[in-house]
Amino acid sequence: MAGWLFVITLVLALVAVYRPFGDHMYRVVTGTRATVVERGVYRVVGVDPAAEQTWGVYARSVLAFSAVSILFLYAFLRLQDRLWLSLGLDPLPGHLAWNTAVSFTTNTNWQAYSGESTMGHLVQMAGLAVQNFVSAAVGIAVAVALVRGFAARRSATLGNFWVDLIRITLRILLPICVVVTLIFMVAGMVQNLSSGTDVTTLTGATQHITGGPVASQEAIKELGTNGGGFYNANAAHPFENPTAWTNWLQLFLILLIPFSLPRVFGRMVGQNRQGYAIAAVMAILAIASVALTIGFEVHGAGTVPQAVGAAMEGKETRFGIPGSAAYAAVTTLTSTGSVNSFHDSYTALGGMMPMINMMLGEVAPGGVGAGLYGLLILAVITVFVAGLMVGRTPEYLGKKIGAREMKIASSYFLITPALVLIGTAAAFATGNNATALNVGPHGLSEVLYAFTSASNNNGSAFAGITVNTPWWDTALGLAMLLGRFLPIVLVLALAGSLARQKVTPESEGTLPTHQPLFVGMVVGVTVVLVALTFLPALALGPLAEGLS
Amino acid sequence: MTLLAEKPSTPSPVRGGMLETAQIGRSFPAAIRKLDPRVMWRNPVMFIVEIGAVFTTVLSIVDPSLFAWIITVWLWLTVLFANLAEAVAEGRGKAQAAALRAAKQDTVAYLKDGREIPATSLKLGDVVVVEAGQVIPGDGDVIEGIASVDESAITGESAPVIRESGGDRSAVTGGTKVLSDRIVVRITQRPGESFVDRMIALVEGANRQKTPNEIALNILLAALTIIFLLSVVTLQPLAIFSKAFNAAAPDTVALDGNGVTGIVLVSLIVCLIPTTIGALLSAIGIAGMDRLVQRNVLAMSGRAVEAAGDVNTLLLDKTGTITLGNRQAAEFVPVDGVSPADLASAAQLSSLADETPEGRSIVKLADLGEREPGLMRDTTFVPFTAQTRMSGVDLPGRQIRKGAASAVMKWVRQNGGHPDDEALEIVDAISSSGGTPLVVASMMSGEPARALGVIHLKDVVKPGMRERFDEMRRMGIRTVMITGDNPRTASAIASEAGVDDFLAEATPEDKLAYIKREQEGGRLVAMTGDGTNDAPALAQADVGVAMNTGTSAAKEAGNMVDLDSDPTKLIEIVEIGKQLLITRGALTTFSISNDIAKYFAIIPAMFAAVYPGLDTLNIMRLHSPGSAILSAVIFNALIIVALIPLALRGVRYRPSSASALLRRNLWIYGLGGVVLPFLGIKLIDLLIQFVPGI
Repeated sequence: MAGWLFVITLVLALVAVYRPFGDHMYRVVTGTRATVVERGVYRVVGVDPAAEQTWGVYARSVLAFSAVSILFLYAFLRLQDRLWLSLGLDPLPGHLAWNTAVSFTTNTNWQAYSGESTMGHLVQMAGLAVQNFVSAAVGIAVAVALVRGFAARRSATLGNFWVDLIRITLRILLPICVVVTLIFMVAGMVQNLSSGTDVTTLTGATQHITGGPVASQEAIKELGTNGGGFYNANAAHPFENPTAWTNWLQLFLILLIPFSLPRVFGRMVGQNRQGYAIAAVMAILAIASVALTIGFEVHGAGTVPQAVGAAMEGKETRFGIPGSAAYAAVTTLTSTGSVNSFHDSYTALGGMMPMINMMLGEVAPGGVGAGLYGLLILAVITVFVAGLMVGRTPEYLGKKIGAREMKIASSYFLITPALVLIGTAAAFATGNNATALNVGPHGLSEVLYAFTSASNNNGSAFAGITVNTPWWDTALGLAMLLGRFLPIVLVLALAGSLARQKVTPESEGTLPTHQPLFVGMVVGVTVVLVALTFLPALALGPLAEGLS
Repeated sequence: MTLLAEKPSTPSPVRGGMLETAQIGRSFPAAIRKLDPRVMWRNPVMFIVEIGAVFTTVLSIVDPSLFAWIITVWLWLTVLFANLAEAVAEGRGKAQAAALRAAKQDTVAYLKDGREIPATSLKLGDVVVVEAGQVIPGDGDVIEGIASVDESAITGESAPVIRESGGDRSAVTGGTKVLSDRIVVRITQRPGESFVDRMIALVEGANRQKTPNEIALNILLAALTIIFLLSVVTLQPLAIFSKAFNAAAPDTVALDGNGVTGIVLVSLIVCLIPTTIGALLSAIGIAGMDRLVQRNVLAMSGRAVEAAGDVNTLLLDKTGTITLGNRQAAEFVPVDGVSPADLASAAQLSSLADETPEGRSIVKLADLGEREPGLMRDTTFVPFTAQTRMSGVDLPGRQIRKGAASAVMKWVRQNGGHPDDEALEIVDAISSSGGTPLVVASMMSGEPARALGVIHLKDVVKPGMRERFDEMRRMGIRTVMITGDNPRTASAIASEAGVDDFLAEATPEDKLAYIKREQEGGRLVAMTGDGTNDAPALAQADVGVAMNTGTSAAKEAGNMVDLDSDPTKLIEIVEIGKQLLITRGALTTFSISNDIAKYFAIIPAMFAAVYPGLDTLNIMRLHSPGSAILSAVIFNALIIVALIPLALRGVRYRPSSASALLRRNLWIYGLGGVVLPFLGIKLIDLLIQFVPGI
């Protein structure tokens, strides 16, 4: 009952903000007036806000910005002992610094370290949190550029990356984070620069109570679907997620931008119903996934779960099964990856759900921006097959889906599965799976999960596997890097290709892409493509474990 | 000449040719020849199956077993069936090409300067003389003379046609025969590029270019193939790990200590990659072109056929396409004091000798039955001339005239009559409704002449056109009528025919401008044309269908030629274009949906020995791992053969909205594609479980 209430209130809240918040984002990304602060920033970084970029320039801007971010963060991590507020912690070893730098720049936030014993406050605030903001903004900017491609008529340009980045950061992300930080502080999250307090507990032992700028980091961690925790325990830690209602609020923040972006899409292409259709696809997949995850955990097989009434291992009692299972589903349906329970301890099938969520390509609703562009690519592929079936050259929103568009869309959906499958196979072929705690199907799941999470830029960990080794840090770093930027380049190429086209007017012969039939078909294509790609691997992991 | 199917007299939904069993037998050698890897690699999906078949053949030789050999045989059959589909499709064109070649016999060309050379060495610009009984040696324009020409070799139409220098009937085609008179022809083709040469190449499917949608689909199929290759190949380390974890589990045909066996790995890949559509894709394309040829339409490229399916706007000439060629009498409107029967009688008498279609229609409309005998004695018919602009009849004691209002009124006045305004009012009313008025007047001897009334002639819209245009509208296609009539007349006919728009007093420049305007708005335009002045518009249109009776300039400019010269054909061409795309889409959906059942067969077969829980996935309860994998492979091969007729005939197409089409095809080919293989694989398994050792 409480579970239903939790999920239903979450859905209602998202429905309520869809229009107003979507419209706000629409105004931010389409507006032209700059604030004083923005004009100042433009002048400092030397950007002409009126200059439009072609897709190539836009892509190069994204790549250049991200490359500089990675280098900067890498240097930061390697030199943290020489900077302020390091709490006396050592610099990170090379492979871990590379992995972490890539991880935060790609909006993955895979953490091969534990925050409280590795990162000083300055790195957390000026290194990691900054990337939490800008990597989220990059995702939204790329999605907006793709939508501009759909909306444009015979245009060579897609807007200006620098303007998008700055406006999205200053007008969407920052204001919400300020408010949310205050709310989180009220709720009991820590927000200070203390290096911690040693207290003597009732039993007489000494305990180290940490401090730090947690609440501020927490706000953008969820809003930007980043997921990198201040503490190793992430959102299971009472300082990061103190109560059941902050748990609810965190899920709302995670879903807020991804679920409202379809509104921006609808507004920009001039047909709100197209936005509703995309949001409907996201909602169907998300609700099904949340329901299944909760179901598997509540009715989990096994002696202990059935004796206790549910699979409580690895879950916090303050959240309970629904609050934990829903969190697990939501954090993987988006590219967040923060956790409030331990996925490794889930029932086999319950633990398979987060994996499947990520394998879907994180499109329901996905990471900020990344979810929308991922789903639009799937919609393009669906349109292609469906369009042929109605006897016309397939077109989506008046743009023809020809050989060039298919080349890009096909390459896009090849990338992540290829990274996941090749990475997993490589881990087994090279024996690096040995760092997994378990053998048999569960051990296989641990490895599969790691590559699925990294390649899809999720960042959640199944746990139960040691990944801070040079091989794992390097391999997962590559998976994150390629899994983020190859798709982004392809998305922008698609946007450029669409923008150049003229718009074919709609007629009775045009495939309607806003009706339930099409929504159902996109859901079907998404699920079937994923099932077909990953079923063999899943069969030897969670399915083998869960069906025995 | 067997090239031509019966000319469809009325528009009919698209049908395809049926597949004969004998054709399959004849195509078999060609299918085997296509196994050549240099040919196969052009079809990446089937090329991978062939490589797989070679691989399993080697494995079967090295480590022979019944299971291995049966799989190997069926893998080869899968490739063969795919080739068969293509060979059958090509075979149908080859038969037609052979007939065309026979027509293109060793013709001798008589040059105007007296030399005789073989027709094959004619050059562009040569001038030849062709006399009665001779075959025209090459495509060209008549520059001198007039002749009747038998074009049945090309069109299948036995009635000879007139070809003369100048004007729109000057084009002649190589291989046709002059029946009478003598013409001088300037050759307009390069050697080996004649119309017949192109026809042969087209129907044979030689150097067939992939069309844009076909290329896009191929990319999707290649991507799916790569995905499945990856997902199977990367399975191997995982399988080895799993088997090692449960080393006590017995080895099966599918899995041993070295992982999944080579045979089963290849089987899994072949079952998962989209072989069904991959095998049938080129057959679908060839058959689509073939369906056009059967309707006597030659498309110069597959691209044009595909574009036809995308057309948003159809430009149709009014005369001959939308309306019958001529105006017909629709109504008799008498002036006050004249009975309708009297007017009808007078109109009929005046038209008895009028052999024009208009005249005939007046007689038919009057329909007065038998007349009293002797009436026609001593009658004199007054023929129509350009000067008098009227015709009529002089009976004993009575003169009747009919014709243009001004001319007849003048006659009335000259003969003492005082035409009142009433007749003129009727004339104006008919004119403004888009009709053509003919005034009928008579004069009894001794009396002044008087106007009896007006015959209303109007364009008659061909029966069934309105419904056809409604259908087009449901398909999302706008129809535009092109006419030389004034806007008022055009508007009346347009609303009667039910077209969406019209272009009145249209000059060739207007047409071109209209097409460009439509294309600017992102629409694709199709049109027909025959005259030289249509050429720019034909070239500009996305689908330009030239009439075979037209000039070479028109034929050159268009991207299709209709041998029947039937402008209504455009509608069928659009349907064939759509059907081509639908067939591809439907079979792609079917092919991908099939994979679900195959997984349920193969995954438990591979791994249930190691993880018995996975047997839960064996929902078909297949007999053994061997029989399960074999059944999936056999089903995968047989479904190709089963779908060849569909690929050649095309998916049934009824004009309807996109939503309705999608719903229907999704149910049949999507859901059907999910369900059918479950039944098929189970059925095959029931049979082959009796094979010993499986």
